[in-house]
Amino acid sequence: MASQISSSLFRPALRVLARSPQPCRSCRRKLRSAVPSARSIATHTPSFHAAQLSVLRSTVDTASTEFRENAQAMSDALARLEELHSRIALGGPDKARKKHVERGKMLVRDRITSLIDPGTSFLELSQLAGHEVYPGEDVPAGGIVTGIGTVEGVTCMIVANDSTVKGGTYYPITVKKHLRAQAIAQENRLPCIYMVDSGGANLPHQADVFPDRDHFGRIFYNQAQMSSLSIPQISIVMGPCTAGGAYVPAMSDESIIVRDQGHIFLAGPPLVKAATGEVVSAEELGGGRLHSEVSGVTDHLAVDDGHSITLARRCVANLNWETGQGVAVAGGAAGQSGSVGWKEPLYDPEELGGIVGTNLRKQVEVREVIARVVDGSAFAEFKKDYGTTLVTGFAHIYSQSIGIVANNGILFSESALKGAHFIQLCAKRRIPLVFLQNISGFMVGREAEAGGIAKNGAKLVNAVACANVPKFTVVWGASAGAGNYGMCGRAYSPRLLFAWPNARTSVMGPEQLSAVMEAVGRAADPALRDRIESESRAEFGSARLWDDGVIPPAHTRRVLGMGLGMARGLVGGEERWGVWRM
Amino acid sequence: MSSVRLPRGLARLPAHGRPARHGIRSQSSQAVASPTKPLSSVLIANRGEIALRVARTASAYGIRTTTLYTDPDARSQHALSSPFAVNLGDPTAYLDGEKIIQVARLRGCVGIHPGYGFLSENADFARKCTEAGLTFIGPPWTAIEAMGSKSRSKEIMTAAGVPCIPGYHGSNQDPAFLEREAKKIGYPVLLKAVKGGGGKGMRIAHSVDEFAAQLASAKTEARNSFGDDTMLVERYITTPRHIEVQVFADKHGNCVALGERDCSIQRRHQKILEESPAPHLPDEVRKDLWEKAKAAALAVGYEGAGTVEFIFDNDTGEFFFMEMNTRLQVEHPVTEMVTGEDLVRWQLLVAEGQKLPLTQEEIEKQISERGWAIEARIYAENPDMNFIPDSGTLLHLRTPPTSGTVRIDAGFVAGDEVSSHYDPMIAKLIVRAPSRSAALQKLRAALEAYEVAGPVTNIEFLKKLCTSPAFVAGDVETGYISKHATELFTREPVPPEAFAQAALGLLIVESRGKGAAANAFGPAGSQMGFGAPTGFRSRAISLAEVAPDGGAASGAASGSHAGSTITGSAAAEAAEVRVTQTGPNKFDITVGNGEASYAGVVAEWDAARRRLTSYFPHARIETTLVRDGDGDGVTAFQHGRQFRLRVAAPRWAKEALGAAELKNSVLAPMPCKVLRVDVREGDAVRKDQPLVVIESMKMETVIRSPHDGVIKKVVHRAGDICKAGTALVEFEEEASSP
Repeated sequence: MASQISSSLFRPALRVLARSPQPCRSCRRKLRSAVPSARSIATHTPSFHAAQLSVLRSTVDTASTEFRENAQAMSDALARLEELHSRIALGGPDKARKKHVERGKMLVRDRITSLIDPGTSFLELSQLAGHEVYPGEDVPAGGIVTGIGTVEGVTCMIVANDSTVKGGTYYPITVKKHLRAQAIAQENRLPCIYMVDSGGANLPHQADVFPDRDHFGRIFYNQAQMSSLSIPQISIVMGPCTAGGAYVPAMSDESIIVRDQGHIFLAGPPLVKAATGEVVSAEELGGGRLHSEVSGVTDHLAVDDGHSITLARRCVANLNWETGQGVAVAGGAAGQSGSVGWKEPLYDPEELGGIVGTNLRKQVEVREVIARVVDGSAFAEFKKDYGTTLVTGFAHIYSQSIGIVANNGILFSESALKGAHFIQLCAKRRIPLVFLQNISGFMVGREAEAGGIAKNGAKLVNAVACANVPKFTVVWGASAGAGNYGMCGRAYSPRLLFAWPNARTSVMGPEQLSAVMEAVGRAADPALRDRIESESRAEFGSARLWDDGVIPPAHTRRVLGMGLGMARGLVGGEERWGVWRM
Repeated sequence: MSSVRLPRGLARLPAHGRPARHGIRSQSSQAVASPTKPLSSVLIANRGEIALRVARTASAYGIRTTTLYTDPDARSQHALSSPFAVNLGDPTAYLDGEKIIQVARLRGCVGIHPGYGFLSENADFARKCTEAGLTFIGPPWTAIEAMGSKSRSKEIMTAAGVPCIPGYHGSNQDPAFLEREAKKIGYPVLLKAVKGGGGKGMRIAHSVDEFAAQLASAKTEARNSFGDDTMLVERYITTPRHIEVQVFADKHGNCVALGERDCSIQRRHQKILEESPAPHLPDEVRKDLWEKAKAAALAVGYEGAGTVEFIFDNDTGEFFFMEMNTRLQVEHPVTEMVTGEDLVRWQLLVAEGQKLPLTQEEIEKQISERGWAIEARIYAENPDMNFIPDSGTLLHLRTPPTSGTVRIDAGFVAGDEVSSHYDPMIAKLIVRAPSRSAALQKLRAALEAYEVAGPVTNIEFLKKLCTSPAFVAGDVETGYISKHATELFTREPVPPEAFAQAALGLLIVESRGKGAAANAFGPAGSQMGFGAPTGFRSRAISLAEVAPDGGAASGAASGSHAGSTITGSAAAEAAEVRVTQTGPNKFDITVGNGEASYAGVVAEWDAARRRLTSYFPHARIETTLVRDGDGDGVTAFQHGRQFRLRVAAPRWAKEALGAAELKNSVLAPMPCKVLRVDVREGDAVRKDQPLVVIESMKMETVIRSPHDGVIKKVVHRAGDICKAGTALVEFEEEASSP
């Protein structure tokens, strides 16, 4: 499919220039006398010419039937997900929530709201975690809320147990989500705030929670590692914090406990009684007073949740953390008055639904997507006419430079080489990369193999794997086969990876998969086909943390902006590459 | 009517022809003998707005001004207004005449302008100035002395044919004799204990029938209260008005009246609204007043600016001399507005020995052309707490635009401190218009544009006053405020938009803090991801109107002068506001329990002007919001009203902040000095019983018991200096009002 979009604002201008020696008859004489020699070759290259060159022109017809059908399909998907997310955002069952509030405790999302600065956004991660993962068990958000928020001007990772969900116990997915949040924090040097209110490991699932490398113990390992890297670890004990959980506050740099509410002990009263016969109340055994006045496990004693959060904010204010104030000024006119130093895209991001729809068989022009994500829809394309199925180029999101690698069809050898080249450019220039992934795979067939698609694809994978700049991936369509790898799938450690509701992630499409199975002599299993279909859906992957969340297409710009802000100033290190198979 | 131009000797003679006993002649003839003495340099022995006012005119005529200040006033506006500013040190030093005269001599000042208050009516000081060879810009000290004594001034006035309030002040206490005196005076009469005060030993007899009973009752009470039952009898005026005449006299025997001022609207016996001309005053009475005022001035050999105060009986149309103020008065701008003259300029001319610039005819012509003027005094005081003075930093000050017809005389700018050492007047707002109704309308508009945050002010009260129907109708009397208390002290409901704007402003101001840095590259408060509206960014802010008593002290304070404590008639309002941010400057707001909700409010905050402009679905609303530093107060100015709100303290605050249990304590309502403690530890007290008498801002205030109870501890003793909020008296635990 040929490019329907042209960055040719400049072309008409050229035509005008070419015609300029012969303006309309009446004014020709005048013009001659005013301009000594009308030249077609100028010796000045105004900056706006470059700007004009970069502006993407949309050709989307929002009145067309196709657009409207697409928009409707996406809108249905969005409504479904909005409903699902809203339900998850409530937390545990009504009864549990009611009881929680009656105890004078704040619900987990209210805790986070009062922790973060007003006027800032909170980027919640993986709300769908645990969704339909454990048969017969409803574990909204995996029983833990994680996300990136601003506290006293400091971008922080917030990890907060939801004790209304199964008492805040750790299911395997809870552990995975906690560890993922820590990984993001470590990679981006985000101070961590743990709002602890958890009954510890979920015992029926203990085998999948307790012993392995990426199980419960890794939480404390990460805390120690991050603390050693001077990434602050702060915890607020707002509920139980038993056994291994006790190490969250104990491993923290600074910890706060809520009186008559937070409890820290290696074994709770029942276990103590069983072990030694000692009868002791929870408050005596590991209450706020004990730990703040006697044991020294906690540093600040709070009266209630609100008080503890106020104390936590004060702790963050004393981190002496770079809040990026200096950088912000350099960002342009983004001043105190709330004016912005960037231009919003020229085209409404809400149109993305009508552009992409939910049917992945239709090839969608990726520049239409880029035009609704980047500042001023300005995209300085690189190697525009070579390997055209991969679109590469430079742009900005909220004034932050990015290099975009975006699929516009199947990957060919040329596309892969172009991609590798461009990634090297960005790594050299310390420009974060954004991968816009909609890939059904690399080209197959004799000609492709003969052309070295394997080694050329390997160059792309090598470049993606080794590029030492922050990488962000948005799956806005298909994510299949080696295309997933070449386009910075989860295994390639993008700082953040998000999927659109229409995204499908699988080794190959259900049709192809069925066809292959048939070809290798297995009878086509209709159930398998349906299962593959279902497993490739965005919700399925997000429930298992293959991504950091499913987002509305229109929010892509904001989410990437937040991610870039989080990774800001961390572009560094010597770039190194694996062996390039030439 | 012609100005009084009498031959010198005659002018100085008391009207009844008896030679003056008080040496006026020698003084004034000296002044006549000396040639005019130009005032090239003047020391202003005052502070605040009047010091600035005097300096303004003096500077305009090229007169060098030297200002004085005390330690707490070092950075006040009057002290900064001149490069020649001398420190007197102690806060009370504005009264140190010796020191001030010394400063004037050392600094080479020719004259001293005393302003009003302080030394302005101190005959001794005026005399010492003259003796030191300095021109005292005011009347001769002899005139001050003559008018300073109540009894002597009455004698002089009676002799000069100026009516004084009829009464018997003698020692004959025979009831039959007193009854005969009462008959002579005319009923109703006031019976007052000579040693009396605070309404004790005071009775009114409306007719001869009740005279004996009232006298006996008054005497009994007086004996019990003061141990002395000597009574005086005076005419009782049921609906009195305070009308005063501005007079001016020069050293050449000229004396003019510059119109009258009605100053009947008073609280704590102090004026707050003054106007000229006096409403509903027949022209012949008016002219008679002027004549009597001039006669009064001439009777004491007056020079310069003076005010002759009369009590006017609204029922009979009679008026009686009360006293003469031998200085320029606070409310002189009212007269300046109606005459178009600069009275300070006149003072300087007279002091230099020059003739009055205008004749009586010329003045009357100018008055007839200039319409009506009214002045509102803006005070740091709490009308809901019986006008108890307030002090503190002026966190925000925005004034209406001034013009030829809107004038502001102020001694403060934003950021200044209204000190508890001095009078709490912040400014005077004076307007002029062709008619009284037009002037009132203009005054209301100007008051609505007058924004003061920090100390509590009387601006809201003034707004109510100038729209109060009886006042608008011109039915003024000195008892106006207590007579119309119900109307004037009714609290108006707070519109939900005011709560919404205050909550929104609090959030926006905070989001412009440190978080702004992180937002500079980001999507500042936009929704991000699915399900956001149910989860995050909905913030509940509990706001409450500040209670009449400031919401801090549980002790009820009431003025020592007033008979009853006036408090707000309705409880302060409170509301929880939920604000949900939906975009960078976009919010959904709910006030109270769905009482009002507004979707998609787009808000813009102008930090420099502290102005929040919000586009609600139904209207654009502009609000000025002032935070009380790191305190929980927020003052909102919206649609011409002021709302004093407070963010409710979180549940944890009481315990976490370790705030002492103050429920059982009576707190000092303002910075003060304890004058007297009327209770002892262990005393059982009744509600409203006086506990402590404090002094602040030159005013005594009685702190009364908020409820019945037993005194556990007297925290401060007489002479102690206390900060606002300091416990004065503690009650036993069980003491709680039913």
